[in-house]
Amino acid sequence: MHILYSIFVDPFMQMAHAPDLLVQTLWDGLVSGVLYALIALGFVLIFKASGVFNFAQGIMVVFAALTLVGLNEHGVPAYLALALTVVVMLVLAIAVERAILRPLVNQPEIILFMATFGLTYVLIGLGELIFGGDPKVMISDQLGLPSGSYRINMLGGYVQLQKIDIAAAIIASLMVAGLGIVFNRTRIGRALRAVADSHRAALSVGISLEQIWVVVWFAAGVVALATGIMWGARSNVSFALEIIALKALPVLILGGFTSIPGAIVGGLIIGVGEKMGEFYWGPLVGGGIESWFAYVIALVFLLFRPQGLFGERIIERL
Amino acid sequence: MTETEARAQRIGAPVLAVEEVSLTFGGVRALSEVSFDVREHEVRAIIGPNGAGKSSMLNVLNGFYQPQHGIIRFRGREFRGMKPHAAATMGIGRTFQNIALFRGMTVLDNIMVGRNLKMRGNLLQEAFWLPAARREEIEHRRAVEEIIDFLEIQHIRRTPVGQLPYGLQKRVELARALAMEPSVLLLDEPMAGMNLEEKQDMCRFVLDVNDHYGTTIVLIEHDMGVVMDISDRVVVLDYGSKIADGTPEAVRADQAVIDAYLGVAH
Repeated sequence: MHILYSIFVDPFMQMAHAPDLLVQTLWDGLVSGVLYALIALGFVLIFKASGVFNFAQGIMVVFAALTLVGLNEHGVPAYLALALTVVVMLVLAIAVERAILRPLVNQPEIILFMATFGLTYVLIGLGELIFGGDPKVMISDQLGLPSGSYRINMLGGYVQLQKIDIAAAIIASLMVAGLGIVFNRTRIGRALRAVADSHRAALSVGISLEQIWVVVWFAAGVVALATGIMWGARSNVSFALEIIALKALPVLILGGFTSIPGAIVGGLIIGVGEKMGEFYWGPLVGGGIESWFAYVIALVFLLFRPQGLFGERIIERL
Repeated sequence: MTETEARAQRIGAPVLAVEEVSLTFGGVRALSEVSFDVREHEVRAIIGPNGAGKSSMLNVLNGFYQPQHGIIRFRGREFRGMKPHAAATMGIGRTFQNIALFRGMTVLDNIMVGRNLKMRGNLLQEAFWLPAARREEIEHRRAVEEIIDFLEIQHIRRTPVGQLPYGLQKRVELARALAMEPSVLLLDEPMAGMNLEEKQDMCRFVLDVNDHYGTTIVLIEHDMGVVMDISDRVVVLDYGSKIADGTPEAVRADQAVIDAYLGVAH
C-alpha cells in the first residue's frame, strides 16, 4: 500500500502543495525539451529526405560549436566566426554528399547508417586535430546572448527563468517557423517533400537528388550549430556533448522519424517528462533517474503507437 | 481538308530517334538493337506482350536506365544514355505505369513540384520568403491552375493525392508531367486498370494535350482499341526486339505481330 501511495498519490500532493516548484520544474523541462527537439529536428530533416539515420548528428553539434569557439579563439570576431561556421557547415554538407551519399546511392540503408558512423569519427578526429580536445567555453557574451535570470513571484513562491533559456526557446521557435515556411510554400521545400515521397517521380520532374541532399545536410548543420550554441552556453563545449545525440532517440521514437511537428512535441514531452520524473518520482529510487527515464517514456509509447505520435502509419498487407 | 489530313500536316521532322539501343541487366537482355524515331507532334505508341521491353524502352528515353549500346538522338543532339535530370531539362516529361505521386502532398503541391525546373528562385530568397520568391510562386501557381482547369480536376485541388481514386491519381500524374511544359511526353500505360469511362476520359485528355499544347506523345498501351484509335504510328516490341513499325492498320495486319500476340512458337 505504501509504495502505491508514494507512486500514485504523494507526488501529486506535492505538486498541489508547492505549485511554484511545479511551474519551475515544468519550465526546466520545457527548456531541455527545446534542445532535444532541435537535435531531433536535425535527424528528421536528413531521415526524411534521404532515408539515412544520421548517427553523426550529435557530433555535428559539437563540431559546429567547436568551430565557432575555435575561430573566435584565433581572433576572429564573434559574428564573423558565426558566419564562417555556417560556411563550414555548408562545405561539410557538400563533402558528405560527394564522398558518402553519391557513391553509396541505392545501397541498403544499413550501409549508409554505418557510413555515418565513419563520419562521426572523421569529425571527432578533425575537431581534435584543429581545435584540440580540451573543453571550451561558449562565447555567449560576444554573440550577444543574455545571461542572468528573471525572478518571478507567483503562486506563493517564485520561479526563476534563465534569460539564456528564454533566448533559446525564441531562437528555436523562429528556426522551426522558418523551416515550416520553406517546407510548405517554396520550391525547395516541395522538392524536399517530393524526394521523401518518391525518388523516381522526383527525378522525372528534374529534381536533382544531389542538390536536395546538400540542402538537407546543410539545414541539419545549421540546426546543429544552433543546438551547439545553446547547449554550450549552459555547460561548455566538449566532445562529451556528443552523447546528447542519444537523447534524440527517445524523442524520435515518440515523435516519429519523419515528422517535424513530432520532433518538437516529442522533444518537449521528453524534456518535461524527464524533469518531472526526476523531481517527483526520482527520490523513490534514490534519484538520478533523469538519464534513463526518457527511454522508459519512449518504451511505453512504443507499446501503444509504434509509428510514433505523428509518424506515418505503417500498414503491412498480407 | 479532313481532320486526319490536318493532323498529318502538323506532324513534322523526327525529334527523338533511338538507334540500335541494347540494354542488359546482368545476363538478361531487355532490349536488343531497337531503332525507331518519333516525329514532332505525333502520338507514337509502343506495344507488345508482357515483358517485351516497353517500360525499359521508356526508362531509357528519360534516363532512368543507361543502355550499354546504341545512341539516342534528341533534337539533333546525340546521347549515349542520359541522366533523368538532363532528360527533364531538355523537355522530356513522363508518367509511370504504377503511379508515382507524392502521396502525402495535395494535388496542387504535386503539380507545383512539376514546375520545379521552371522556377528560378534561389535558396536565400526562399528561406526568407522575399518578395521575389512570393512573386514567382504566384506566377507559377497561375500556370498550374490552367493545367488544373484543362484536366478538369478543380474540385480536388486541395485533396492529398493518397486519398484519391485510381483514375484521378492517373490524371494528377499527367497534370504534374504537363506542368513541366514538356515537348515530349512519355506515358507508361496511362489507361491501365481503368474502367471504360475513365479510359475514354484519358484518351480525350491525351489527344487534347497533343492538340492544344502540341506535345509529342510516346505511349505504352495494352488496350489495342485505344492504340488503334489515338496513335499515328506504332512500334511493336517482342522479347526486347522490334518486330514491326508503322501505322496502326499496317501493324494490325502484320503476321509477326499477330504471332507474337497469339503466342506462336519462335
